[in-house]
Amino acid sequence: MEKFEVFTGVAVPLRRSNVDTDQIIPAVYLKRITKTGFEDALFSAWRNDPEFVLNQEPYKNGQVLVAGPDFGTGSSREHAVWALRDYGFKAVFASKFADIFRGNSGKQGLVTGVISEADTEKLWQAIEANPGSSITVNLVDQTASIGDLIVHFDIDEYTKWRLLEGLDDIGLTLRDEQAITDFEAKREAWRPKTLPARN
Amino acid sequence: MTAKPLTLAEKVWNDHLVAKGENGSPDLLYIDLHLVHEVTSPQAFDGLRLAGRQVRRPDLTIATEDHNTPTWDIDKPIADPTSRTQIEALRSNAKEFGIRIHSLGDIDQGIVHVVGPQLGLTMPGITVVCGDSHTSTHGAFGALAMGIGTSEVEHVLATQTLPLKQFKTMAINVEGTLRPGVTAKDIILAVIAKIGTGGGQGYVLEYRGSAIRALSMEARMTICNMSIEAGARAGMVAPDQITFDYLKGRPHAPQGTDWDAAVEYWKTLPTDDGAKFDEEVFLDANTLDPFVTWGTNPGQGVSLLDVVPNPADIADPNEKAAAERALEYMDLTPGTKMKDIKVDTVFLGSCTNSRIEDLRAAAEIIQGKQKADGVRFMVVPGSARVRLQAEAEGLDKIFKDFGAEWRFAGCSMCLGMNPDQLAPGERAASTSNRNFEGRQGKGARTHLVSPLVAAATAIRGTLSSPADLEGAN
Repeated sequence: MEKFEVFTGVAVPLRRSNVDTDQIIPAVYLKRITKTGFEDALFSAWRNDPEFVLNQEPYKNGQVLVAGPDFGTGSSREHAVWALRDYGFKAVFASKFADIFRGNSGKQGLVTGVISEADTEKLWQAIEANPGSSITVNLVDQTASIGDLIVHFDIDEYTKWRLLEGLDDIGLTLRDEQAITDFEAKREAWRPKTLPARN
Repeated sequence: MTAKPLTLAEKVWNDHLVAKGENGSPDLLYIDLHLVHEVTSPQAFDGLRLAGRQVRRPDLTIATEDHNTPTWDIDKPIADPTSRTQIEALRSNAKEFGIRIHSLGDIDQGIVHVVGPQLGLTMPGITVVCGDSHTSTHGAFGALAMGIGTSEVEHVLATQTLPLKQFKTMAINVEGTLRPGVTAKDIILAVIAKIGTGGGQGYVLEYRGSAIRALSMEARMTICNMSIEAGARAGMVAPDQITFDYLKGRPHAPQGTDWDAAVEYWKTLPTDDGAKFDEEVFLDANTLDPFVTWGTNPGQGVSLLDVVPNPADIADPNEKAAAERALEYMDLTPGTKMKDIKVDTVFLGSCTNSRIEDLRAAAEIIQGKQKADGVRFMVVPGSARVRLQAEAEGLDKIFKDFGAEWRFAGCSMCLGMNPDQLAPGERAASTSNRNFEGRQGKGARTHLVSPLVAAATAIRGTLSSPADLEGAN
């Protein structure tokens, strides 16, 4: 995973709440067995609408999304994160995220910052006042800024550290391998086993 | 000195702690059971290969094919080449990594959340994960069961553990007795309408109270299944005699002295008297009506006796905008009686409502009745075994005589990854779990309902409950 410290890119205002993962990427795109190349799938139903924000010229190359509350609800599909990432997004801001989506984002280097609803509105207004303007995401300071407007965002310490260091979870866990082996030695006999198969 | 009283979720959590997180880092939890399906796993297996890693515990892992599989002509090659590729990838990954798989045509094939409990693999006090948000289903047994993403699937395959942040706990207290025609599905739809699609965020829900205790295991699974639709990471019900009776004798349930040891432990799991939940919600079962959705998220629901709400009456600006958008998508006018809404298709299936009790309940309603003209009724059992059981009971004949399509097991029209989709603009009463825009087909409109409402709707052609059928044909 690439390290993330400070990023500046085009901000996109998505004035919608409850953006579920079926909207971020419809199920029809989940049949692929690769982990990249999902940029065409992002918001594919909404992108049929010429009025949709990503079809507006200044936002076409968007890299930072500012959305309404409850972003990423629904299905656990990590493809939603891959689609955002492949399109070019590096960060998403909202006042509330679905847990699984947020967890998935952290594993793929996509920053999900929680901001207040008031700050969401401020960012939307700043972007819309000057479409195509850049936003700077500073993970070290946990701020997002457009010109003079500086907004603080929340992210949990552990995810922040992993993103700053670009660390892979499995490698981190395997440092505890002895603890896993010790735990397994104590597991009770009644716990389920799928093998040998019984049916 | 007595120990601090704990909730069910906290007990299961504590008993799976491999390493306690320090300085804000998450706890490392052991995973007892990992369920795998074709959609969220290929990239995880690829990751293992790239890193030269093995599956640590194939004996705690099981795979089934469900999301993409056709529900007709299952003996022919899968027509859609991309679906076929994904299924073939799962089969070759299972073979390469030594994982048990139940493929299309196998007697234990079916929706992953129907198969686990059916085999007796899902049991109280265990941790269960799957790359599917409806893994919360398994919480009905008093297991801590969570949906995960593909990176986490890879993590569990490689390490049999997951780093997880401790959750908050929420008690959902449902007291009283359900009236005839009101079911577990109505309880959970009412809960989601009450707390919202984000109301459970960060929480493990525990469903409690006399109305929950009275439910069968399958009904409890329906409730826990939709915990994710309230944003929760998991939903649980404390194990009791109903749980033990359901499990005993299933293929992978503990046997002999293991069974005795297990039951002894399971009896210690229910939340202690005096344990504190971070949040409590109350719902009166006595006054609950059949519940249906009108909008495009599972929280947008009302009593079937009610009308389509008016966005103008909604104070929260985000909720109001969402309601306006939903009504436009659903092509509904505020004030319309829910019972006046006509549907084109009725879908009985999905990991929420495709078990034998769901099929029995629907069959009982339609038996000897006439299907409404022009309504398509699709019945998709949750697993090959549920289908066989239904056929042994003659339910297939009731469905077929009624004019329903009697299909093979899979996720089917719940998410339309296979050919089972609605056409643009088509409207469905669906026993599934999500009414998102486009979920059941591009431009398709979904009303979430219980199996009883589904059956009554198939007879009348408009959203209905069995109570509306008195005197009907």
